Amino acid sequence: MNRILKTFCASLLALLPVAAMAQIDGEFVKPRTGKFLLQNATVVTVTKGTLNNTSVLLENGKISQVGTNISAADAEVIDCSGMFIYPGMIDGGTRLGLVEVSSVPETVDYAELGNVTPNMQALTTVNPNSEAIGITRVSGVTTVLTVPTGGLFPGTAALINLNGYTPDQMYGGFKAIVMNFPSSGRRGRFDRRSDEDIKKDSEKALKEANEIWDNAKKYLELKNAGAELQYYPEMDQLSKAVSGELPLLIVVDAASDIQNAIKWVEGKNIKVIFSGVSEGWRVADEIAKAGIPVITGPVQELPSRQSDRYDAAYSNAGKMAKAGVKVAIRTDEEENVRNLPFHAAFAAAYGLGKEEALKAITINPAEIFGIQDQYGSVEAGKRANLVVSTGDPLETKSQIMHVFIDGYRIPMSNRHIRLYQEFLERSPGLKAN
Amino acid sequence: MKKLNIILAALLGLGLNYSYAQTPKGSVLIKNATVLTVTKGNLENTDVLVQDGIIKQVGQNLAAPSGIQTIDASGKFLMPGIIDAHSHVALDVVNEASAPIVAEVRMKDVVNPFEIGIYRALAGGVTISHAMHGSANVIGGQNATLKHRWGSDDPAEIIMQDAPRTIKFALGENPTRVHGRGNGIQPRTRMGVEAVLRNGFNEALQYKKGWETYNSGKGQKGNTLTPPVYNERLQTLADILDGKIIVHCHSYRADEIYMLINVAKDFGITKLVFQHTNEGFKVAPEIAEYTMGASVFADWWAYKMEVYYSTAFNAAILQRNGVITSINSDSAELIRHLYHEAAKTQRYGGLTDDEALSMITINPAKQLGIADKVGSIEVGKQADLVIFEGHPLSSYAVPQMTFVDGVKYFDIKADKDDQRQFVSATEMVEPVFLHSEEDHQCLQDVDAYFEAFQGAFLEEKN
Repeated sequence: MNRILKTFCASLLALLPVAAMAQIDGEFVKPRTGKFLLQNATVVTVTKGTLNNTSVLLENGKISQVGTNISAADAEVIDCSGMFIYPGMIDGGTRLGLVEVSSVPETVDYAELGNVTPNMQALTTVNPNSEAIGITRVSGVTTVLTVPTGGLFPGTAALINLNGYTPDQMYGGFKAIVMNFPSSGRRGRFDRRSDEDIKKDSEKALKEANEIWDNAKKYLELKNAGAELQYYPEMDQLSKAVSGELPLLIVVDAASDIQNAIKWVEGKNIKVIFSGVSEGWRVADEIAKAGIPVITGPVQELPSRQSDRYDAAYSNAGKMAKAGVKVAIRTDEEENVRNLPFHAAFAAAYGLGKEEALKAITINPAEIFGIQDQYGSVEAGKRANLVVSTGDPLETKSQIMHVFIDGYRIPMSNRHIRLYQEFLERSPGLKAN
Repeated sequence: MKKLNIILAALLGLGLNYSYAQTPKGSVLIKNATVLTVTKGNLENTDVLVQDGIIKQVGQNLAAPSGIQTIDASGKFLMPGIIDAHSHVALDVVNEASAPIVAEVRMKDVVNPFEIGIYRALAGGVTISHAMHGSANVIGGQNATLKHRWGSDDPAEIIMQDAPRTIKFALGENPTRVHGRGNGIQPRTRMGVEAVLRNGFNEALQYKKGWETYNSGKGQKGNTLTPPVYNERLQTLADILDGKIIVHCHSYRADEIYMLINVAKDFGITKLVFQHTNEGFKVAPEIAEYTMGASVFADWWAYKMEVYYSTAFNAAILQRNGVITSINSDSAELIRHLYHEAAKTQRYGGLTDDEALSMITINPAKQLGIADKVGSIEVGKQADLVIFEGHPLSSYAVPQMTFVDGVKYFDIKADKDDQRQFVSATEMVEPVFLHSEEDHQCLQDVDAYFEAFQGAFLEEKN
């Protein structure tokens, strides 16, 4: 009996976030904005410490006040006693919105043909109704960088908030031109090239990259000189990285490639962010010295070499941070971006520490993207991207109770939760009729 | 000649016994741990005494018999060795994709004790993995249950010799793609998958009958019966019908799960476990009623069409409906943090600690038919144990030591940088595998069948 009762209570608890916004026939709960007062929570601001018994007022899509005595008679009050408020989590590298079912090519939109296609805009192809967006945001991940992949310059990544009906409504105010840095590594177990060929190919690819970059430089010079230029969208976009108008997001993983990339960047006077950086720990001091910020991940990943310690990927972020590298974390995921807090937890446990791990998915990516005035912490004046949870959101046991994105209260429902509601106690049960 | 045969058989038997008897067994006293027994509750400040690979005592203030090493686990958690009911670690090949039924092949023949994945699994607290054939065939090969005795150079030594036989089945997209679309033979649809199963088992019934007729006539006067031609494939199917082999079936959609339950009922097959089972939640009452349960992913979905309509609450729904449920990896990466995967059932469905832990210990043990030997901390069971810093269901948990049969194979404090046993002399430059490219996958080795699809399926998961 006791067990049944416990089970019942446990299921009720699990349904809590759902019950708060239960649906009835014909009614669809939409995200809605307004003036919300989140009362009496423990607020983990990330940048200004942890505040007990504190309330947060949201209005006009922003955090308008954080304090103990907020009076807002016209606000909708949400009691958050015993709960925690965190800033919305930011994933520094995903394919969210660019793919629906990865094995069905018709739904895969992150990889265009061609080697030099920086003008491919991830934002254009973001599907605001992608099922994965609803699945992701109830985890407290409110904002992601969505990144195209493919050739050498595969496109332009865009930061999106996980609420809105058009890409522009979702756009988070940051873009970067992606570069897949030429790799000197083996591409995997199917790569049967000889060591010599691998070296040759990598040198050739680097030479090609330099030529393309020089062309973009020339394009920019001519453009600045007022020359009449033919329509050349690739160069037009790439020249924005040359000029520093847009940062260059360099995807690079193997140690020797990271070293080459650092060398390649030197003297170019451009804004650079490294992404991936699986073997960053091998050359952490050099990355730190170069002052290049890093978005690393996935953390829950195999070591890149058979000879590596089993925890090479878990401990990578911590080792780089210790060397003085500014570190943010990415999942490199599409449908399971919701695991971002767990990737951060693994980095925390294997050397990064809890506080830094939280920063690596909040304020650090915000600073790396240059949007820290709007994102990454619970402070008055910032965008109302918030998570309310029963505990540390990096712990699986904690339940996420409320999520706010751009001041919109997000329904705590999605297809996974609706299937749970329908099938937990199926009717009819075992026998037909 | 007959004598020689007997001698040879005796030698062979001796050889088998020899390799089994030689598996290392250890003795150790682990003191002052919070013991998560899984089946008998949690015990604070408790000691566990292991002698010759067996848990001999669980209690307080146990004294170490002379010569037995004591490990102080104060402030730490001790749990049973984690069991992965779906893995491809330590296998040289995974798929014999050449026909819809290949029941005759055995993963035991391709076990690779040198694979670094074994050590990495140990570092995640996993002591037993179910090394499965791939999912290219409706009826695939026979699996091997492995004990992670890292350091052995003998495949027989890492095989759990006292585990029952199991076999891989697969439904849905993978077998229909490989055979129907790749090779132009049945099955191309889920209807064809059912037909392959029914045809196969009916043929096995005839084969069985042939032998029964022959055997019953043997020794009778005037008997002129000739024996049927021995066929390993049909014999294996007959063994399934006789309940000698546990079926582990790769499946995703509710309709195909329901179909196999019906086929199994018709042929009297009762030892049946579903693998992946992403839509198992839709037919949870049926799975609970008839089968040995489901082994599922914590949260994988959407990587292919047949998992698009699934939910991370699957494990919780199955559990609440009385299905024996386990969480598996099917991945050389995930296998390293199954404790974390199990913990996701608390985020998605609010399962209790014991329920969550049972999904990576006693429940997979039941599904592999080894629950009398492993899967919980109980006196008399084999001493497969893990010491954790932090509760194993915490995202911040770090496994510290892992024991198989009382022998310590992983110790975080003694972890060397390079744990490889075997280094290829032909590789001048060590390959760098980026982003889990070396991860094991259910459809590994079947690329030849996909030439028409420009190799797009190489990226395919599961």
